[in-house]
Amino acid sequence: MPYTIHEAHELLKNKKISSVELTKAHLERVRQAEPKVKAFVTVTEKLALEQAQQADKAIAAGKAGPLTGIPLAIKDVICTKGVRTTCSSKMLENFVPPYSATVVEKLNAAGAVMVGKANMDEFAMGSSTENSALFVTHNPWDLDRVPGGSSGGSAVAVAAGEACGALGSDTGGSIRQPAGFCSVVGLKPTYGRVSRYGLVAFASSLDQIGPLTQDVTDCALIMNAISGHDKRDSTSVPEPVPDYTKSLKNDLKGMRLGVPKEYYVEGMQPGVADLMKKALKKLEELGATLQEVSLPHTPYSLAVYYIIAPSEASANLARYDGVKYGFSYNGDTMWDSMEKTRQHGFGPEVKRRIMLGTYALSAGYYDAWYVKAQKVRTLIRREFDSAFEKYDALITPTSPTVPFKIGEKTDDPLAMYLSDVCTLPINIAGVPAISIPAGFVDGLPVGMQIIGKHFREETLLRVAYAYEQATGWWRKKAVV
Amino acid sequence: MKLNREEVLHIARLARLGLTEAEITRFGEQLSNLLEHFQVLQQVDTEGVPPTAQSVEMKSVMRDDVIAPSLSPEDVLANAPRREDDCFRVKAVLEE
Repeated sequence: MPYTIHEAHELLKNKKISSVELTKAHLERVRQAEPKVKAFVTVTEKLALEQAQQADKAIAAGKAGPLTGIPLAIKDVICTKGVRTTCSSKMLENFVPPYSATVVEKLNAAGAVMVGKANMDEFAMGSSTENSALFVTHNPWDLDRVPGGSSGGSAVAVAAGEACGALGSDTGGSIRQPAGFCSVVGLKPTYGRVSRYGLVAFASSLDQIGPLTQDVTDCALIMNAISGHDKRDSTSVPEPVPDYTKSLKNDLKGMRLGVPKEYYVEGMQPGVADLMKKALKKLEELGATLQEVSLPHTPYSLAVYYIIAPSEASANLARYDGVKYGFSYNGDTMWDSMEKTRQHGFGPEVKRRIMLGTYALSAGYYDAWYVKAQKVRTLIRREFDSAFEKYDALITPTSPTVPFKIGEKTDDPLAMYLSDVCTLPINIAGVPAISIPAGFVDGLPVGMQIIGKHFREETLLRVAYAYEQATGWWRKKAVV
Repeated sequence: MKLNREEVLHIARLARLGLTEAEITRFGEQLSNLLEHFQVLQQVDTEGVPPTAQSVEMKSVMRDDVIAPSLSPEDVLANAPRREDDCFRVKAVLEE
């Protein structure tokens, strides 16, 4: 039953199955798997069946696009008109958006079916989905382990066959790290490639929406549907959108790949290092030339990220004042109401980041912390620019470790932050990167990250596709 | 890089964030630890380096101001915790 999007499309187009049947099969899978994995905050069964009926009409009329009638999951940070959008926070537990995000409108226009809204770390702040204020999501490869985060629910919905594909958001690794931990494909597009209108803001200079899918072809299909300029998001870029499926080629002849040595260092599990060696060898066999490269400012990425992202978050989350929407504490005075609304509405990690960001932006510390981090950000970005003068793409592990145990890092913020050490620099530079399955260590998934130039998602997809076709790791499915 | 209790309370007040006694202590320790780690940035020579606010080269984006339908008052107020007619109801803003 875990059809890929393109497999399901063939069946739908040739009338071997209807979208209603396909959707019901996924809803049944949701009923079986949810008690164990808990990927969904809201399952939209009624809406899904209505959308499936509409899709079947379109298919009967010969108007079946690649996503028509395909069941997808949407991360609960992306606004869906009339369907509650919680950000897995008590603050928005009952929030029903009056409009849909542009990406949701685009998926609707493409005839896709939404099976539900996926769990996440509260306000997308976290690396394990344990920061959800609602419940913890479990990794289908080992239910005692985290699925990664913050798009953990989206990754699990795809890995457990509850949806054909999903949308997530990625501020410092939140699509790629859970994709790696769950053995699915996850792409963070270039900053500005996909409209963020209707994405609840976390860190506006870093956030991007992107797909989580079972294979690279599906990733290209969702990118075709969601990319492009949007007049409602002034940070979206008016670059033409290519047909991403055209870049899915089976060899890497002439491709120059860099291997940045700073990503292969201490803290990396030996099993992950071994798999990466094999993966690099496979890329060479496929025709690519590989060369070690140095990006010396990489070790500063963690500090840069955890100053800039919380600073932006502290400003973005100022809107939760208990007046316009969301949780509201009816205190004695206006200030009392506001402080208690935020005290009781936000969870510990969100509060920690608001505090950190407020500090970095406050009088007397702004230049020493925030502006300093922005300057080092320039150096990190320039390093990527010069690397891409010599290489078409860079290859790294997605995470230094396999999925960790639930509860293992919850008491140590720095240890948790370090699990994103390979993904953070990419958002800092704004470049695109994809994580694809690269094998297993003791039955636990490992992801390989491919990083590319601004607006060269096609290169990433080409490398990812050639590697995927040569290895087939994605075919191995979790049993839940 | 040790944040004392007054500094923690000052930041919380700037952020309009109520904290329990336990949170004041815990955040004080955790933020101090994180800031200590982030001190590594001071080792980086950034003389003459401009700051990056966002990563894709774009100038200020303007568009024509065209009149178009916006959300209805009902839609806008549908999630309001407290409302009165077509307004959000809040406690007195100006103190005596």
